[in-house]
Amino acid sequence: MDKDKYQKLVKENTPKENKTNKAFKAFIGGGLLAFTGQIIISILEQSFGMTINDCYIWLCIITIFISSFLTALGFFDNYVTKWGCGLLIPTTGFAHSITSSALDAKKDGLVTGLGATFFKLAGSVLLYGIISGFFFAILGVIIYG
Amino acid sequence: MIFLNAFLIGGTICLLGQILLDNTKLTPGHITSIFTILGAFLAFLGIYPKLIEWSGAGATMMISNFGNLLYQGAYEGFHEMGILGLTSGLLTKCSSAIVSATVFAFLFALIFKPKD
Repeated sequence: MDKDKYQKLVKENTPKENKTNKAFKAFIGGGLLAFTGQIIISILEQSFGMTINDCYIWLCIITIFISSFLTALGFFDNYVTKWGCGLLIPTTGFAHSITSSALDAKKDGLVTGLGATFFKLAGSVLLYGIISGFFFAILGVIIYG
Repeated sequence: MIFLNAFLIGGTICLLGQILLDNTKLTPGHITSIFTILGAFLAFLGIYPKLIEWSGAGATMMISNFGNLLYQGAYEGFHEMGILGLTSGLLTKCSSAIVSATVFAFLFALIFKPKD
């Protein structure tokens, strides 16, 4: 078989990743997560009489707890392959990245393994968040006063 | 109505992330960092607080809210304490997210074994 024919055969048989399908799933996944979050917020607000800011903090803690727990049990990776960015962009992705790197590094010891690589993946979010927050705040103070 | 808005905004943010992920060579780490910076930028423009008011959990559950909270913390810190407030106020608002993520991840890492 000549080379061109072989390349053609390979191209035909590689499974095509359907980008539209993936984008749609991310939309539905992220949307449903936010919808559920909004239900939790209205329950917290009406049944416990919390202020809206406290509700957001509680919601954040609840989502982080659930996604950390599911990551530790080993379910979360399957959900991520299914829903894609629908689970990576929300706070769940942040908790997932910390928990999974902590679990993987545990075998190298508590300090050199767990401690050193704890923020391996979430570190970039913290770094660029703090840098951008700091400089935008300076800019905001200069412009808005 | 806010439920529908939450669905739409939450979905749209994740959709944008997925489109970026599929059509560029960026990793999920890049995407979340970009969205954090974008959140701080939108907070600087004054758009993000309005987005939260309009869509509730749709905007607060996303990683971009992390950038928003950092900006708000530093900005309000400046008005309470002056220059010193920029640094001491920066982490106040998103402290609970960082602390709870750290505590839960640490405890679960100690208790559970990694699956492969």
